[in-house]
Amino acid sequence: MSKISLIIKREYTTRVMKKSFILLTFLTPVLFAGMMALIVWLGGIKDDKVKTIAVIDNTHLYSKVLKSNEIYSFQFVDGSIDNVKKQNSTSKEFTALLYITGNLKSNPNAVTLYSEKQVNMELKSYITGLLNKYIEEQKLADYNIPNLKEMVEKSRTNIDLKTIKWGENGNDKVGSAELALVIGMITAFIIYMFIVIYGAQVMTGVVQEKTNRIVEVIISSVKPFELMMGKIIGIAMVGLTQFLMWVILTAVITTVGSAVLGLNMDVNSLQQMQQVGVHPSLQTQAMPSEMQNLFIALNGLNYVQIIGLFIVYFLGGYLLYASLFAAVGSAVDNETDTQQFSLPIMLPIIFAIYAGIFSAQNPDGPLAFWCSMIPFTSPIVMMVRLPFDVPVWQIVLSISILILSFVGTTWMAAKIYRTGILMYGKKVTWKELWKWLRY
Amino acid sequence: MILLEVENVVKQFAGHRALDGVSLTVPENTVYGLLGPNGAGKTTLIRIINCITAPDSGEVRLNGKRITSEDVRHIGYLPEERGLYKKMKVGEQALYLAQLRGMTKHDALKALKYWFEKFEIQAWWDKKVEELSKGMAQKVQFITTILHDPKLLIFDEPFSGFDPVNADLLKREILELRDNGATIIFSTHNMSTVEDLCENISLVDRAKIVLQGNVAEIRNSHATKTYIVRSQSPILGNEYFDLLSQSTKNGLVESTIKKQISGGNNLLLNEIIKQTEVLGFEELLPSMNDIFIETVGK
Repeated sequence: MSKISLIIKREYTTRVMKKSFILLTFLTPVLFAGMMALIVWLGGIKDDKVKTIAVIDNTHLYSKVLKSNEIYSFQFVDGSIDNVKKQNSTSKEFTALLYITGNLKSNPNAVTLYSEKQVNMELKSYITGLLNKYIEEQKLADYNIPNLKEMVEKSRTNIDLKTIKWGENGNDKVGSAELALVIGMITAFIIYMFIVIYGAQVMTGVVQEKTNRIVEVIISSVKPFELMMGKIIGIAMVGLTQFLMWVILTAVITTVGSAVLGLNMDVNSLQQMQQVGVHPSLQTQAMPSEMQNLFIALNGLNYVQIIGLFIVYFLGGYLLYASLFAAVGSAVDNETDTQQFSLPIMLPIIFAIYAGIFSAQNPDGPLAFWCSMIPFTSPIVMMVRLPFDVPVWQIVLSISILILSFVGTTWMAAKIYRTGILMYGKKVTWKELWKWLRY
Repeated sequence: MILLEVENVVKQFAGHRALDGVSLTVPENTVYGLLGPNGAGKTTLIRIINCITAPDSGEVRLNGKRITSEDVRHIGYLPEERGLYKKMKVGEQALYLAQLRGMTKHDALKALKYWFEKFEIQAWWDKKVEELSKGMAQKVQFITTILHDPKLLIFDEPFSGFDPVNADLLKREILELRDNGATIIFSTHNMSTVEDLCENISLVDRAKIVLQGNVAEIRNSHATKTYIVRSQSPILGNEYFDLLSQSTKNGLVESTIKKQISGGNNLLLNEIIKQTEVLGFEELLPSMNDIFIETVGK
């Protein structure tokens, strides 16, 4: 076994065997799935208590209009509004009080809803819906045109605007701007997180080897460059392992979870949705069209491209920053001293995530373009842009710049590292680092 | 047969010169001591021999050829700044370091078993390094250094951190390694180990070699012509020797004398025999410690 692979193996196994790694790897998807389940569950809870709404109808026109359903029950009461209010403040019989003072056909403002607490939107829209429909029918009836009601009913349409991007080779794709945004932001954020977490691990690893004083023992059998690269590659593999574990575990948990919870997410219904989507003639209202579009759009995304480029940009960005983190680790004596030098490295990463957020609003704008070319921001910003379909030449150019840059930073970092790891007890300055570079 | 030659090595660091024209030769199958006060440049010299740092000028030759990093792989090097991964298990770590030095897993395990048994530390195999004391960790480090059976061994301050019992064990191991054909270079402050172990030494002070050569010859050349004489009755100084001090213990007179003539020791002894019955006669050679302090303190 070559020496660098021995180092990679050690860096990898010691980290993967750690309890904290195993815990984090298995708990994160569980926590994530748990959070999703909680949201679904909370959204699914229906307040099944019937709410009674008192109605004081001075016109006596609307007793048939206000139909009770399983949630809201309307109860017509007599008496002055003040009396009812007073009564209710002790008995709490009514959730709300609807007060109709005049004919709504001529005076649409003659209705008021009183309540102690803020009423929910659902109740408000239910009442206005019933009243609107009734008034509309009444007004139509006033025209005295036979069959007008049916005519109106037939003429009513429901426009559902789908957005379709056409590809160069004529393949149409159903797109969803919102979905692209979400996918882009999530992948960008994961890259950001991985660069920061695993970059910092490289740095602390180097500092620990230095403070442990083991580095010189190892340097006498391997080249400093081999030690540095072994560490960087080993930790990259830890990162990839964690990412893949998360993908697999999330998939398993959501599949198992939805089966157990009985959520209607099985493969059959997904396929049905897709079939509904591809045949416009079968347009039905069976599925809420928003959901339908979402699933079609999900299907339209180029997963192979996104996952493939995710790995490329993760590795590229990580290698670029990890070597810099390694250089910082080698230059200092203990972990507390790392802050001074890690700040200039952290700044472009933080800038990148902001640039990514702004790029999402205008994925083809100049900020998005330039930040997806600059190697220090491109791994994050390009991930945001990818779901919005980036021209191939831009991807190729961006990756090429990234590769050249990380070769450059690695070469630079190796020079600092080589000198730094054997320096003890000396407060390092920027000037000193520059000297080591040219050494 | 010369194994290692260092010729006119110069190393300049920002602000100060760490080595200034240092040369030395190490004969094969001997123990060579590198002495000197802190900051004299010993560690820099050792790092240059190990190709960890490059000299500004000068050359290191192994078997007559310029030393390469490939040669260094076959050196057993125990640095002064040595440590182990705290969270790793002892056996696992020793195996890792041995494999980094190019041993196969099979050979490394076999050799580790031998050495762990020899040092009676088999019970530590599954312990984490952080559970070991400093001295215990040093033993493990020593084993990992000599495990691949190197022909040339370089120890930087090998005795620091060892208790007297373990220091003695280490001394015996160093001599045994030499008897088995290895050449050993070590740096130290511990002068008594130099007298016990080294054939040759170099004394480095302020980047330069101030004293070099065979230990016995150095001590002889620093001889102060002082002798201890044990006799039945007191002796008196004359033109042959000065009497420095005299004391009587249990009927035995012990005198310290300084030779005033240029002749050999027998001439001096003849003179004393004339005065009394001599029971003991011994030349007082300066210790390496005295020579060290005298040379460096100048």
